[in-house]
Order: sequence, then C-alpha cells, then structure tokens
Amino acid sequence: MIGIRSYGAYIPRYRLNRKKIFENMGWLNSATAAHSRGEKAVANFDEDPVTMAVAAGMNCNNGFERTEPDGVYFASTTLPYKERQNAGIIATALGMRENVRSADFTGALKSGTTAMLSALEAVGSGEMKNMLVCASDCRLGKMGSPQEMIFGDGAAAFLISDHDVIAEYKGSYSITSDFVDHFRGSFEKFDRQWEDRWIRDIGYEDLIPKTVEGLLKKNALKIDDFAKVIYACHYTGERKKLNKNLGVDPEKVQDIMLGEIGDMGAAQPMVMLAGALEDAKPGDKILVVSFGSGCDAIYFEITDKINDLKKRKGVVWHLANKAELDTYAKYLVWRNIIPFETGLRGEEDSPTRWSMIWRYNKAIYGFCGSKCKKCGTPQFPPQRICVNPECGARDEMEEYYFSDKTAKIASYTGDNLVASINPPQIYGNILFEGGGKTMMDFTDCDLESLKVGMSVAPAFRIKYYDERRGIVRYFWKAVPVKEVE
Amino acid sequence: MAKGIKDKVAVLGMGCSKFGERWDMESEDLMIEAFTECIADAGIEKKQLEACWLGSYFIEINIGKAGIPAAVALKLPFLPVTRVENKCASGSEAFRGACYAVASGACDFALAIGAEKLKDAGYGGLPAIAVDGQMEVMLHADWTAPGAFAQLASAYQAKYGMSMEQLKEAMAYVSWKSHQNGVMNPRAHLRRDVTKEQIMKSPMIAYPLGLFDCCGVSDGAAAAIVTTPEIARSLKKDEEIVYVKSLQIACSSGEEAMYTDWDGTSVMSTTLAAQRAYDEAGIKNPREEISMMEVHDCFSITELVTMEDLQISQRGKAPEDILNGFYDLKGGGVPCQTDGGLKCFGHPIGASGLRMIYEMYSQLLQRWPEERSVKDPRLALTHNLGGIPNRNVVSLVILGK
Repeated sequence: MIGIRSYGAYIPRYRLNRKKIFENMGWLNSATAAHSRGEKAVANFDEDPVTMAVAAGMNCNNGFERTEPDGVYFASTTLPYKERQNAGIIATALGMRENVRSADFTGALKSGTTAMLSALEAVGSGEMKNMLVCASDCRLGKMGSPQEMIFGDGAAAFLISDHDVIAEYKGSYSITSDFVDHFRGSFEKFDRQWEDRWIRDIGYEDLIPKTVEGLLKKNALKIDDFAKVIYACHYTGERKKLNKNLGVDPEKVQDIMLGEIGDMGAAQPMVMLAGALEDAKPGDKILVVSFGSGCDAIYFEITDKINDLKKRKGVVWHLANKAELDTYAKYLVWRNIIPFETGLRGEEDSPTRWSMIWRYNKAIYGFCGSKCKKCGTPQFPPQRICVNPECGARDEMEEYYFSDKTAKIASYTGDNLVASINPPQIYGNILFEGGGKTMMDFTDCDLESLKVGMSVAPAFRIKYYDERRGIVRYFWKAVPVKEVE
Repeated sequence: MAKGIKDKVAVLGMGCSKFGERWDMESEDLMIEAFTECIADAGIEKKQLEACWLGSYFIEINIGKAGIPAAVALKLPFLPVTRVENKCASGSEAFRGACYAVASGACDFALAIGAEKLKDAGYGGLPAIAVDGQMEVMLHADWTAPGAFAQLASAYQAKYGMSMEQLKEAMAYVSWKSHQNGVMNPRAHLRRDVTKEQIMKSPMIAYPLGLFDCCGVSDGAAAAIVTTPEIARSLKKDEEIVYVKSLQIACSSGEEAMYTDWDGTSVMSTTLAAQRAYDEAGIKNPREEISMMEVHDCFSITELVTMEDLQISQRGKAPEDILNGFYDLKGGGVPCQTDGGLKCFGHPIGASGLRMIYEMYSQLLQRWPEERSVKDPRLALTHNLGGIPNRNVVSLVILGK
C-alpha cells in the first residue's frame, strides 16, 4: 500500500491585516477594497520558501528518523536559487542521508501536487520506500495590486511511503494546459495576471471540473463518495459556482483559509490537504485538486493508521500561533520591495566562502555538532578535541544533531547596534537539553517576552542576504517554544 | 623552575596621547605624540632602543599589517619591530613582549607602543568587520560587543534574583563614577559631568545596556619603555621606579562557549588570570593589598562582574560595593578607573592596555594633581579584556614600587 505516512505544515508567525495594506495603497487602486478582508500570513524577515519548507519538513518528520526518506522533492514558484538545487539545501537542513534523490518542482502553481505524484510514483515503482515532499511559496504582488492583498505565505510537507500509510493513494488525473492566468518571467520579482473574469470563466470553471470528471470516470467514483474535497481557488463567488457545478456539498469542501493565510501558490492545495488530514477519519476519501498551468487531481483514502500518528503542530496550531505585523512598511522592507537604510554599518561586506561552507555543510545547514564518544559531551560547532576539560579526547567524536533538541536561555539581549531589518537583533547563549551550549540569534519573538530559563527550539532561517551577489545564506536560530491553546 | 616576571623588569618611561575624536590625526601622528612623551620620560635616546612591540587591532581602517608602520612613523633605526594583536588586549600584549625581551636578557631597552584610529569607520561603535573568522559569521549569532556583554547583565540579574532596575542602578553608578574621574582628566575623550538619572535614561544600545553603559570609541596611542631594574636604578632615583610584579594572560579554551559549566555571570579568563597574577606577585588578599585598578570597563556590566572575577568583591556582592562607593577615587576602598577608564578616557583598542598601565604608573609616581590622585598607592592592577564574555583573552598587569 502506498500513500501518505506523515504530514506537516508551517504558517509563518506574522499576519498582516489587509486593512493596513488598503489604508496605505487603497488610494492607488480602490478596487482592492474587495480583497481587504482578513489577514495574510507573512514570512518573517529571515524566512523564505526554503526555510518554510524545512519547518514543514521538521513538523512532518516528528516521530520519524531523519535518515528514513530516500529522497526529497521540493515544489515552489519562488525558489531562492535558480541554479543550485533548493531541495538539496532542504535535504541537508533536515539531516537526510547523502544517497537520496532530490529535485525542485517549479514553474506552475500545480507543482506541489505534481511533486507529490512523482513521489507516489517513485514509491509505487518499488525504487524508493520513503519520499519527502515539501511545497512552499512566498509570492509577491506589486504595491497596490490585488495579488499583494491575496497572496500569503505557507508550506506543507508529506512523507510518501510504501508502508504504514495514513492515507492510501488510490488514483490521479492530470491536465496540462498552457492557460496563462498568472505569470512571472524569469527576471521578474512580481506576479502578473490577466483579467479576473477570464481566469474564473475559462480557467477555474473549465479546467477544475474537467479534471475532477476525469478522475471520477477513471476510478468509477461519484463526487459524493468523497468526505473532503480540496481545490485551490481564491475567488469566493467562483467557489460557490464550482461547488454547484461539481455537485459537491459545500460542507465537504476544505476551507481555503484566505482570510487567515492567503493564497499560498504551489503550497495552497498541500497546506489544505495537511489541514484535512488533521481531522480525517479512517475510511474518509479525500480529493485534492491543484490549479495552475493545468490541474492535478489526487485521490486518497484514510486508513486506521491515522489514529497512531504522533500529534503534531499542524495547520490549526499554526493558525493560532500568530502575531500581528504592526506596519505595512515593515512588510515592504522585509520583502525588499522598497529601498531602506540600515546605516553604514549595514554596508560592510560579508563574503560567502563556498569551499568553507562545503566543509561545514552539516554544521551550518543541518545544525549538526559533535558528541564525544569518551565522555558523551555534545558540542557545537563540531570539535575534534573534546571541550570538556576533564576529557580532552582527540578525534573521538560522532555526529550529533542539535536541530531537534530544545534548549534553555542562559542569557540574552536585544541589540540595536546590529544592522538589521528587524531590530533589535535578539540573541543569547542557550543550553541544550542533554548538553551543549552555543550563542545563537533568536527569532519569532519579542524582547519583552524573554526570560532566562525559557525554552527555545532551533529553526532554520536566513542568516544573511548578500544583495550584491544574490546569495541567501542560511543557519539556525532559536525560537521560544510556545504552547498554543 | 620558572619564577615568573616579578621585579625583573622596570618601567622607565611612559607616554599617552590625548584620546578622543582626533579627526586631524593619523595613527602615525598619535604614535609620535605618545612616543615623544615616553622617551622624554625615560630619559634615553632613540638610538638606545633595541626592540619594539606594536599593538593595533582594526588595521583595516588603520595602519595596516606588520610592525613597519611604527618603525616608519617613529623612524626607528632598523629595529626589530613586531606587531602584536590580541583583540582589545593588544596594548597589554605589546607591553608583555617588551617586558619579556628585557627579562630574557635579550635587550636593555625595549619599546611597547599601541595605537588605534577608530573614528575613521564612518559610524559609531566598533567597525562591523568579521574579527573572529568566517566560521563565526556562519555559525553564531550576529552579535556586536554591547550585545555580547549585555548578556552578563541578563544572566547576573537572573542568578542573583535582582530586578533589572536594581542591577541597572549599580551599573549606572559604575559609569557615573568614571565620568566623575574623567571630568578631571584633560586627556580623556568624554569629559561631561553626567547624572545617574541621565545614565539610566540613555537610549538603549543592547538591552539592558544604554548609551552611557558603553565606553567611548576613540583614537589614541600610548607607549612604554622598559628596562632592567639595574639599569633603571642607575638612571633614576629609587622612588621614581615602577616595577612589573606580574604579567598574566588567559585565553578562553572554548569551555565557556560550548560547555555547560559557565553560567554567564562572570568571565572565566579573568578569574583564572587573576589568581595566577596574585600568585606571581605574592598577593594573598587582593581586596586589602591592591591600591588601585584600571579595568576593562568596555561596558558598565563588564566592570561590575570584573570586580568579582578579580576577587575584590565577593560573588554577588559587586553591586553593593559599587553603590557603597568602594571603587570611588576617594571612597576609601580600591579606586577603580582613576583616569575615567575606557568609559570616559576612551578606547582606541591597540592603545588601551598601555593607557591603563600609563595611568597606574603615573599614579604610583604621584604625578597627578591631588584632586585626582590615589593616596599612598603601593600595588596597582590593570585588567585588559579582548573578545566577548564567552570567548576572550584577558591580560593582567600588576605594577608596584
């Protein structure tokens, strides 16, 4: 039996109230008032699709060995690197084995489901036993555009496997169509779209029903057989029309979370699927349909194993774990939409030495230190001579991952001197449960909320952006561990 | 069996430039200023010098690498000039080199000089140049000096169960006391008389350190000429000779940064170097025996924990001693930062260690007006710290007559 063995989701902490966008930009395009309800999830200043995919991947890996997957497929239309495999960064960050298959799926908003289908087929072929699929997007609309209102950031991840599946893969149907509703040339930063009426009437209204019908016919099913139907379409009126045309009970249609997150691009159907799995019951049939340059429809049936899956912080948890982004200007600066000044201090050059990064690949991207085989002391960065003064053993180290360990704050500060686009720069010394200590940046927190002794957990984040050379440098930061009711 | 440096080297002369925003001067000019005073004080001629050690740190915006810039600036006649650098303790490192040269018998007269030109950075604070190698940039927090030291305060406050307001009160007193001393010193960088309230309310730099918890970033130079005790006695009267009683340096082993025993409320290197220095100088009870100190008060909280690391205040008791005026110039305790310290005299990195020694030397020789003099000093200590609390180098010098 092949299908989904585990899942995870990630929604960034910050939410921008769309009214704030309208207050600032409504003068330019008053029609955007139609989209100004609710809030959109905004990646923190140190997040991008890769870091969000890693966060979803860690969420998905909860309870599983990091070395289990035989590959990772990453879907996004906003990849930080055009050349340099983004999935490879994710694989290292998640501490996967070296002998894994990896690929970036991009170009279409349906690339998330296409990556998932490719993983299902890889597992189905018998070549692979477990494949990790991550989908994540961070699309930008120009200031004053409807896209700026509608788009939100999010990610989901799935462990596709040939055993212990919680959702069995039962079938699929795909359509490829060079239907251009949204597009972005390879040197463009912002999304462009054609007329809404065209997108609704010819795009959604034609392609989604055609794909669903294809799947139903292929598998001899009726739409009523499904307990949940997932499709990505942010037009409220069009969804009503589609529900009617498909003959689906609106109660069974998964919420698109437009008012809470926004349109997550390639991640949209994937995050919705993760959300659907959170309250799915054995026997439920789930239909997922993506849209963008065509459609993929995938059909799953929930198994008894879903009851055994370890609890995780899924979509519901992430929806509740939020903080308001206080200003629209901060959003513009974080996304590098308008020029800003961080002072001459911020202009000092910080070159990236790739050969050095290669040597410390696991330490930098995987947050992997060393543990002394003689005395058991974990240490970061990895050492050759044990840091324990009572031990001092040389070359007796084994790899030790800190990425999945929690820690306690020993000391901290909020530094206004560091050139940052999110001052103050918060950091401190942290002590890991089980041993080990380091001084890390903190993120997703406010200075006022911190205390010595508070629990923090590592998160993969952007460490530095070299605008001059187009380099995104990553490392890990500490995020206060929060329990959300 | 080695017996240490005690009484093997004498300080023959010293000089110190005015510290501050020396917009009209290069490092070379500042070196000339310090050296001119120094050699006149020593009473020897330049050609008698046999070796020189130069301390400097941010060479990227300063003199560049090697010892050559000092040799060229001072026209040292093809002397062996060695440039040393040990972070903010570079000045003490230059002094140590010169002392070792004399103590070894390799030369009779050696020069130590430190110079730094920080005000050409174009912005306040220390230059944002990667100083701990590329891996530090990749693998640790994006820190600055105030942020790294500010953590001493959050850890200290938590450990001793104080409110941050209580701790900030003691920290403000530290800065206030240095301003009181700095006001009287014509060569100090910052000479404003500020109130404790102004200090407490100054703009936040790195929580909980405000602007007045941070030392001045300055231009300046300082120099020393050292010789053997025998030669010193042949050139000067006994009461005009200052001897080196101890030179100790301790560098972090990585334990503080990576191992869990250190709690972040002290500086391990200071604690260890202090014990070694007291042993070397034969000091049993530093609180009673040390007459005065110049410590590395890069931040008010650094001075506060240093009082404990040096065993002058007991652990957890520095705030009390500070608020009781124990470290005031005329407080009847152990005067600390008699010239205003890094806080007010300023901190041109490569020169700072030598500037501390200059102040202690001058105090031991009773050269200052009564209003800023320590009465009957016997033993003086300087503490020069480079790096940050979890990874640093600490240099201690004890001088005496």
